[in-house]
Amino acid sequence: MDINQYMDMFIEESKEHLQAINENLLALEQSPTDLEIVNVVFRSAHTLKGMAATMGFEKMAHLTHEMENGLDLMRNDKLPVTPNVMDVLFTCVDILEGQLTAIIDTGSDAEIPIDEALQALTNVISGKPAAVETMVAGDENRPVSVSFDQYEQAIIRQSIASGKSVFTVKIKLDSNIVLRAARAYMVFNTYENLGEIIKSEPSVQDIEDEKFDLEFQLVLVTDEDGQTVQQSGLNVSEVVSVDVEEIQIAHLEMQKSKLEVAAATIAEPPHVTQGGTVPAANEQQSGDVNNGKNTKPAAESKKLGAGKSVRVDIERLDILMNLFSELVIDKTRLEQIAREVNNSELVETVEHMSRVSTDLQNIVMKIRMVPVETVFNRFPRMIRDLAKDLNKKIDFEIRGAETELDRTVIDEIGDPLVHMLRNALDHGLETPEERIKAGKNETGKLELIAYHSGNHVFIEISEDGRGIDREKISRKAVENGLVDPGRTEGLTNEQVFDFMFRSGFSTAEKVSDVSGRGVGLDVVKNKIETLGGRVIVNSVLGQGTKFIIQLPLTLSIIQAMLVQISDEKYAIPLTSIIETANLKSSDIKSVHGQMVMDFRGRVVPLVDLEEVFSIPRPQANDSDEENVVIVRKGDKLAALVVDSFIGQQEVVLKSLGKYLSIGIFGISGSTILGDGQVALILDVNALIP
Amino acid sequence: MLEQQAMKTDEKDTKENKYIVFRLLDEEYGVEVNQVRSIERMQRITRVPRTPRFVKGVINLRGVVTPVIDLKTRFGLGTEQYTDNTRIIIVAVDDMEVGLIVDAANDVIDIARDRVEAPPEVVGGIKANYLEGIAKLADRLLILLNLEKVLNAEELMQSNEMEN
Repeated sequence: MDINQYMDMFIEESKEHLQAINENLLALEQSPTDLEIVNVVFRSAHTLKGMAATMGFEKMAHLTHEMENGLDLMRNDKLPVTPNVMDVLFTCVDILEGQLTAIIDTGSDAEIPIDEALQALTNVISGKPAAVETMVAGDENRPVSVSFDQYEQAIIRQSIASGKSVFTVKIKLDSNIVLRAARAYMVFNTYENLGEIIKSEPSVQDIEDEKFDLEFQLVLVTDEDGQTVQQSGLNVSEVVSVDVEEIQIAHLEMQKSKLEVAAATIAEPPHVTQGGTVPAANEQQSGDVNNGKNTKPAAESKKLGAGKSVRVDIERLDILMNLFSELVIDKTRLEQIAREVNNSELVETVEHMSRVSTDLQNIVMKIRMVPVETVFNRFPRMIRDLAKDLNKKIDFEIRGAETELDRTVIDEIGDPLVHMLRNALDHGLETPEERIKAGKNETGKLELIAYHSGNHVFIEISEDGRGIDREKISRKAVENGLVDPGRTEGLTNEQVFDFMFRSGFSTAEKVSDVSGRGVGLDVVKNKIETLGGRVIVNSVLGQGTKFIIQLPLTLSIIQAMLVQISDEKYAIPLTSIIETANLKSSDIKSVHGQMVMDFRGRVVPLVDLEEVFSIPRPQANDSDEENVVIVRKGDKLAALVVDSFIGQQEVVLKSLGKYLSIGIFGISGSTILGDGQVALILDVNALIP
Repeated sequence: MLEQQAMKTDEKDTKENKYIVFRLLDEEYGVEVNQVRSIERMQRITRVPRTPRFVKGVINLRGVVTPVIDLKTRFGLGTEQYTDNTRIIIVAVDDMEVGLIVDAANDVIDIARDRVEAPPEVVGGIKANYLEGIAKLADRLLILLNLEKVLNAEELMQSNEMEN
């Protein structure tokens, strides 16, 4: 068996588990008494250990094993959740992530040192209260050999109170048995018909994976008596013996009192949810951090989601999208032919086909959509660490993580967001002292919000920090020669803030509250603009700043207007177009050598595409009328001069090929028209002066 | 043992590579067949503005937009004059596909490695670093192109700057 074929799956799933551990540790830090979260982390760590061991990554397995030991103590209330413990666990997760990266890059985890982390873990574990030792000794005398955490105890107590019986059932299987897991499954099935299984040892997961010898125990809540319980177990073939023991509340009290000594720091009553379903309780807890999406432990969600979703290689989706794009091109071609031939049956068929194709397009698009969560979920951890480094108190909130975006956009949006969040934390939010001085709550608020509106997705990053000082920016802009000294007054806030996105702005000199804001913001802006989006800044001095990123839903198929200039056809993205107009020569004036037109009281510069693109024209254009397309980039308008409008049409974006990928002024890509010709798509942002 | 080795080296020397032969003006050129994806007839090319003069534009190659360059213009061998024989050779270098416009393309030949000589400084007006070598065959001379150099993006950028 070649283990490599499982490599991809291993990497994918490890990533998910590490992410889950990260998220849940963050949640645990917020509510240290919620031991159910520890349970979830434990399960993830456990699965991770199993996978790493199977794949032969010894160090990874070793580290997760040690983590598991610590987590096991925590979930059994023998190790209190302290900041120190949390830090050690976070470090371990970092190392695991490092190992995973090393495995991806080199196929081995051997290079990443784990000794320090192991030592730290051991220290933390051995630092547990001495009372635990005595408890372990006391364990043997007790009738109940399964120990329960607070959560389980609560369920047991509740069940007994409501008149049900709780049994520990010890099952022993025949030593000649072949399919242990299958037999165990039958036993579980039998007991699930009698009542509710609230715990098993080893865990269900391990039993499913056949990670047990011949014995296992489960805890059953049922209306039946012990006799029935035993007989039901024995009815399953290949079961040798069934020991049934009833649990009394007194047993629990005994265990509980010892636990209280062991973990004196935690005095909170057990967290109980009505009905006691595990995933629900967990989701509610971590919801504070993640908006309650997808935070179920992987093991749980796998069980729930089985049969409802399929994991598809993203490459296949890309192929599907490409093939579909071909279809859209042919559809456009067919529409054209149908019009020319003017055969009503053909026209009808083609119309139907285009409706189906539109539906198909929607579905293909939807399949490619990924919730922004996949990008957002790494931020809470990043913010936590950064806030610690900067000694700032931050209340970080994510909303709308379920908002979906095209995968291509998702892949690209991560870095700009990291940059902007860091900026907000580093330069936007003040230190606790400064905040108190300014009369604000010492904990700063940082929000990351995503939402859907029309054909766009918006992502907002807002904080209630010091805000941007317009005057400082203006001064800096004058210094850098970006604007004439006399003209800064007349600029709108947006125009002033826009200077921050100029390359190199504010890097020259360290101005305390502006410095750094300009570093890389030009890169952020460029990136977002290449994605067809834009960035807007709102800021009130002393009250905070909000960056709004507007992104297109998809990058692959857009609505465009086709225009003709001489013999050449160009496509203009509809999102940039305000309107089209027909001008008389007399409507065009010249100001400082720049041709302008009047558009509803605004002076709009004319951009002559024929000139910009040196379009050859065999016969001089002697018409005294001009057709213009009025386009916008932020607040700025421009009128692109064209010969004629061909019409609006759906176009599939195509790159110009790797050879021309260096970037061509004024052109953002190409598309294939219905007649098979290639038309270029205008980069409106570059064309507006 | 020695004999075996001798045979091996012998084999190596006479190992043959297949080349596609094409014509620019009166000279014959060759590109390795494994770099060639297909040979197309001349078709309508969409001009891409603000690119060097040798970049003729892009074509729709079965759904893939592919850049096309005019090799004669690229090497400064005069301006294009397209005829019925004109072909576009689609080549792939570093998973970059580019079409090369040539005057004719009509032959595939095997050339033994020991037939290839290092190129002189300038051959037929083409600088040596664009060339792989010269193949001397019985009745003809074949100029072998180094496509990596011919399609170098940096040079495209430089000539782009010159253009603007």
